[in-house]
Amino acid sequence: MQEGAVLEMRGICKHFPGVKALQDVDFTLREGEIHALMGENGAGKSTLIKVLTGVYPKDGGQIYIAGKDAPVKISSPQDAQNIGISTVYQEITLCANLTVAENMFIGRTKGAFTKWKDINERAGRILESLQIPASPTQQLASCSIAVQQMVAIARAVDMECKILILDEPTSSLDEQEVAKLFKLMRDLKAKGVGILFVTHFLDQVYEVCDRITVLRDGKLVGEYAIENLPRVQLVSKMLGKELDDLSEIKKEGEGETVVSDGAPVLQASKLVSDAGIKPFDFAIRKGEVNGFTGLLGSGRSECVRAIFGADKVLGGQVMMDGEKVRITKPRDAMKHGIGYLPEDRKQDGIVGDLSVRDNIILAMQVMQGPMKPASRAQAEKFADEYIALLDIKTASTETPIKQLSGGNQQKVILARWLLTDPVYLILDEPTRGIDIGTKIEIQKLALKLAEEGKSVTFISSEIDEMLRTCSRLIVMRDRKVVGELTGEDLTQNKIMATIAGGE
Amino acid sequence: MSTSNKTAAKKGGVISGLLHNQICIPLAALLALVIFNLVMDPSFFEIKMGYSSAGDPVLSGYLITILDNASELVILAIGMTLVTAASGGQDISVGATIAIAGSVVLRVLCGTESRPDELQAPIFVAFLICCLVAMLFGAFNGVLVSYFNIQPMVATLILFTAGRSIAAWINNNELPIIDDAVFGYFGNFIPGIPIPTPIFIAVACMILIALTLKFTTLGLYSQAVGINPHSSRLNGIDPAKVKLITYIILGLCVAVAGFIKVSRFSTINYSVVAKDIEMDAILAVALGGNALSGGKFNMGASILGAYVIQFLTTTLYKFNVVSSALPAYKAVVVIILVVLSAPVVRQKLNEIFKKFNERKTAEKPTDGPNKGAKEAA
Ligand SMILES: Nc1ncnc2c1ncn2[C@@H]1O[C@H](COP(=O)(O)OP(=O)(O)OP(=O)(O)O)[C@@H](O)[C@H]1O
Ligand SMILES: [Mg+2]
Repeated sequence: MQEGAVLEMRGICKHFPGVKALQDVDFTLREGEIHALMGENGAGKSTLIKVLTGVYPKDGGQIYIAGKDAPVKISSPQDAQNIGISTVYQEITLCANLTVAENMFIGRTKGAFTKWKDINERAGRILESLQIPASPTQQLASCSIAVQQMVAIARAVDMECKILILDEPTSSLDEQEVAKLFKLMRDLKAKGVGILFVTHFLDQVYEVCDRITVLRDGKLVGEYAIENLPRVQLVSKMLGKELDDLSEIKKEGEGETVVSDGAPVLQASKLVSDAGIKPFDFAIRKGEVNGFTGLLGSGRSECVRAIFGADKVLGGQVMMDGEKVRITKPRDAMKHGIGYLPEDRKQDGIVGDLSVRDNIILAMQVMQGPMKPASRAQAEKFADEYIALLDIKTASTETPIKQLSGGNQQKVILARWLLTDPVYLILDEPTRGIDIGTKIEIQKLALKLAEEGKSVTFISSEIDEMLRTCSRLIVMRDRKVVGELTGEDLTQNKIMATIAGGE
Repeated sequence: MSTSNKTAAKKGGVISGLLHNQICIPLAALLALVIFNLVMDPSFFEIKMGYSSAGDPVLSGYLITILDNASELVILAIGMTLVTAASGGQDISVGATIAIAGSVVLRVLCGTESRPDELQAPIFVAFLICCLVAMLFGAFNGVLVSYFNIQPMVATLILFTAGRSIAAWINNNELPIIDDAVFGYFGNFIPGIPIPTPIFIAVACMILIALTLKFTTLGLYSQAVGINPHSSRLNGIDPAKVKLITYIILGLCVAVAGFIKVSRFSTINYSVVAKDIEMDAILAVALGGNALSGGKFNMGASILGAYVIQFLTTTLYKFNVVSSALPAYKAVVVIILVVLSAPVVRQKLNEIFKKFNERKTAEKPTDGPNKGAKEAA
């Protein structure tokens, strides 16, 4: 093993039916470094992590750990934990019906008897030190995804470990939480822990990482010290080609704002749902892209859920094209041509065991009605069309969606709603877990839909992205709409100020 | 994505393909039973011309018996598969509701007498009313499961316990006997046709469900709801309604099975009719490789599973296993089948098969297509 390395993976291979997920990949993690693993959706990042932590058996290659001469055999996540690897997986793997504290200590308590009182106390202390807004005895299911993700991180860092693995831990966190996480990572780094960090946010990579390993299509592209790999080069290494200019899309976007003087497609007044938001007014015009922004938990997702009828609507009025409509359940919204890509992909988006094809046609099928099932050939055609359009990486249309990489699952859900040809599409965190190249494609797509006369509501934790796509932003704080910004006011500073509440 | 993998899959051939397919489990079980019987006594498979109790020439033989006796089970397995897929649980009350359905048929046909000289109502009216009642009971279970969120096993425990008493109560605890040749046709033979009628009814049900699955979205919806009710709802599906519908369909299956049962005997024994059939129906679903926790299903595999179970039962009868010992023997076979069909075991089998295959390829160094594919990759 190399000097100072805590982990070395050599010649790792992993095949799935129809996919070579990893081919001869090397990876080295050194003591006290934060090492970014980068690559497009489906490049094999999560698979490498799962092979390392014993979730999947590997088809070839060796894994060495500091202090052991022979290659180690890791055949279960428990093994990995025992030799000092703690992991936060991309998809939250906690048990939603257990409490927060139970989730943090499950599988770690020794012996048959546990003192829940002690454990709750200890969990409480950890939560507090990380400023996670959850109580130890709260059911995990009742926490937002961001909090769930923080709990998963808290669980991992609390274990005495030499290697910490974080697979897209920041995808649903806001800036403050990310800052907290980074502080934690730096503290651990100072203690000599080697950290493997996967993210699609380039800023974050350049903020905390020391080294970058790039994968493309299951193959190793190379390992680089951060100072030797400027951003543009990193992106072209990931994609295998040059990236379109980021600024270009912004200009396209600015051309859009003129159109949004049309008649409102949807107008909601005093809308309120049982998810705990204050009644709010909302309108979107034909050809407009607008967005909800605010901190996590500010109620931005709850607002769009109320519009779509995903939560129980308690009051208010919705007009579409000037006519009063009643939307009490998602089906009603769909009938009026509204589409909704939910925030929580695993829980609300995918139907895991169903094929990519069935997942793509699902919403369209529901709109067609139960007596008109799409024929196999038709479904196949739609699926192929959208797989090509969104460049979805899948072995076949028959593959169960849960076998796709996280970002590709997201694209399938997007395809599902595009297929319904909605007049108004709500995208809640559509670019979560999506690689940088595709992210821009999706932003462009939102603008293109608007150009075609559709309306889009866009929610994202990244203000950058919102600025690039939206011509109007609705700002939320404490479950209440506190402002609306358009035109000149659409600047990073102004938005931050409105979110914070200091005018 | 990678050419070499595709060629490998093709090379793996039919067996590897089958190993991946769900239907291989009941198929393998069937094959094992067939071989066992062939070795022990090939006459098992003989089909002869015999005479029915009415004196008509009919086919007879163990195979016919199996197909005939499996009919009710097959029909139930259809409904049970849907219920399992959508609600992630099973209906354990089907045996008891068969008693109710049968009792209703007799009650309608007999009217107020217990041994009428002639039928008090047309048979099809009796059948319709029986369907209606059984679907109502199905809906009762379904409402408990889908709208009150009670676990299926618990919800259906109510009718499992009370069903047979309700059946007895419908006929004032009497045992009506029907003396009508036509009524007997449905459970036995139609004069001039040498094949037992239940076989036709079962086939009709299979065709019906195949058409339903083809021309409606029932299959897609029930699977989606079973896999992820949250996202199903956000895609405009009403999970409660879909679950309810599957229980009502199972109710209909129960009605048909109950009708065949009473037609077979022209009478009913409330405490014995269709006893333990719920376990066989659930087993058929499991044997078909369907997850009892719901989600994806394969209807054909369930149906085949039902026939396999009847094949097993008949085989055991043939070897003079006393009926009280039957469940014990069945249990042993079931354990073997279920273990073999467990994903872990199947994966291991697959690996072994793959290794074996690789060795075979290695023995042949001039392996054209594979080599070419590797270069391409
Ligand atoms: N269980 C599985 N069965 C079959 N194929 C799989 C399985 N898991 C992953 N794959 C495939 O392996 C490839 C690599 O997936 P992986 O999840 O490692 O990508 P990733 O780099 O983490 O992408 P993302 O950024 O989208 O999370 C993908 O093509 C995926 O479809
Ligand atoms: Mg991943």
